[in-house]
Amino acid sequence: MATQAAELVFDEATKQYPDRPEPAVDRLSLTVPAGEICVLVGPSGGGKTTALKLVNRLIPLTSGDIRIDGRSINDQDVTELRRSIGYVIQQVGLFPHMTVEANIGTVPRLYGRSRQWIRERTAELLELVGLDPSYAKRYPAQLSGGQRQRVGLARALAANPPLMLMDEPYSAIDPIVRARLQDEFLRLQRELRKTVLFVTHDIDEAIKVGDRIAILREGGRLAQYDTPENILLKPADEFVAQFVGADRALKALSLRTLGQISLRPGTWLDGLPQIDASTNLRDALGFLLAGGSDRAIVVDDDGNPLGTVTPEDIVR
Amino acid sequence: MIPVLGGSGPVIPSFGSGSSCEQNNGWWCTDWLREHWGDTLQPALVQHIELVAIAIAAGFLIASVLAIAGFRYRLLDVPVGGFADFLYTIPSIALFQLLVPFTGLTVLTVEIALTSYTLFVLYRNMVAGLRGVPEDALEAARGMGLTRVQTFFRVELPLASPAVLAGLRIATVSTVSIATVAAFVVPKGLGEPIFIGLDQNLFKTEILAAGGLAILLALAADVALAWFARAVTPWSRA
Ligand SMILES: Nc1ncnc2c1ncn2[C@@H]1O[C@H](COP(=O)(O)OP(=O)(O)O)[C@@H](O)[C@H]1O
Ligand SMILES: [Mg+2]
Repeated sequence: MATQAAELVFDEATKQYPDRPEPAVDRLSLTVPAGEICVLVGPSGGGKTTALKLVNRLIPLTSGDIRIDGRSINDQDVTELRRSIGYVIQQVGLFPHMTVEANIGTVPRLYGRSRQWIRERTAELLELVGLDPSYAKRYPAQLSGGQRQRVGLARALAANPPLMLMDEPYSAIDPIVRARLQDEFLRLQRELRKTVLFVTHDIDEAIKVGDRIAILREGGRLAQYDTPENILLKPADEFVAQFVGADRALKALSLRTLGQISLRPGTWLDGLPQIDASTNLRDALGFLLAGGSDRAIVVDDDGNPLGTVTPEDIVR
Repeated sequence: MIPVLGGSGPVIPSFGSGSSCEQNNGWWCTDWLREHWGDTLQPALVQHIELVAIAIAAGFLIASVLAIAGFRYRLLDVPVGGFADFLYTIPSIALFQLLVPFTGLTVLTVEIALTSYTLFVLYRNMVAGLRGVPEDALEAARGMGLTRVQTFFRVELPLASPAVLAGLRIATVSTVSIATVAAFVVPKGLGEPIFIGLDQNLFKTEILAAGGLAILLALAADVALAWFARAVTPWSRA
């Protein structure tokens, strides 16, 4: 079983469905460095799912190539290839007749892992995705949507794959749980450092999750591939500017936290609202505007004041 | 009204020469039941179970092969399913009459007919069960690198099993009832004492006892199979 993260390269990857006038993915070339999250984002029908499924050969390439750590996917045995890639989908696809443990153990069992190994690995993974290990014996029907998605992630991680494919994993989850799952996924990724190809239609999710964002437009053409900051502040063309939205400057604020800007040294006035240094600038601005106060005290994790902040400090 | 093919069986009840209940053709002559349980009813019950078990086993095997073919190759489903439907619509007595010229007054004739009747329910439920496997589970299985054979045995078959077992239950209960008609062909099963009772000036006790046993057997099979289905698919109750 492979463990280290792998570099993923799309090289002029093209998919032309037989009965379609134009390709679903058109000469897509991009490199996802090992250990980074690349988010594929774009309008519905833009070819995101197709591009993702090209990687594990659920859909065969028409032309071009895809390489994982320099090795063409077409040079590998297809079942071996798929077992070495974590796959997470929106509908989760848990096997209803298997317990959580059996679901998570699916690929390890194919690798001949023992029951004991799978039991221990399940406990470890459940903890990692934020579920109590007692969930191991439950059936999928006994879980909530968010819990199922967590188990789906644990199952994809079970064989410790160097590459993860995630197709709109949180799109069917309500916004509050979705935000929590995104946060947990990012925390987990800081630990695991997998290479991740993550598909979403939601630009806010892309900005939050992605180390890099690839924007696909209709016909599966790459419009821009860049960091979230550059996508927001330097959109390559009108399409990207439109797609990220008129509020893109505001969205860019969400990329930095209060802890990352210079604060005013503090005169601690009683009655000033307090705000966490880990809050992103966009939320901080919202907090200040909604609070009716033009100033707040920024505090660290232990509640110690670090300084004060005003709306002007944020938008400057 | 009186059976024609089976003739009278080997065991003639002592109707008319026993207790006053028997002489008066009572509804429920306990002394007759006690006396003839061992030589009439119990053997008939055992034969009945055998007739049904063989038909269900053969039907399950044939339907399985057909269902896997009809599921994999959709083009086969229409003719195969249609043929099973057609067999099911033939009245059982007519089917016996059709078979007798070829296979004679034998157990084989009975089993061919009974097996034919099980195919419809078994085949249809098996195919419906396999088709009903959720698309997302299949996609996940493929994406995780399960081969087609692994997907079939680890995902499709278990997920189809509630429908398959429901079909098995219906087929078994209805075969228990249809199998009484087997006595037209061979003197076997619970149909035999019923026909003899009909032959003997409608000896009520024997008809009621054999008929009652057939009903009890059907109920027992129903309960046992329902319990079995629950036991082997604990997830479907989750
Ligand atoms: N199996 C298929 N056969 C033919 N066309 C398809 C198939 N799957 C997707 N498409 C088409 O390819 C295009 C891209 O689809 P998809 O990759 O699902 O986009 P997205 O995930 O970005 O919404 C769409 O126009 C879609 O209709
Ligand atoms: Mg899609």
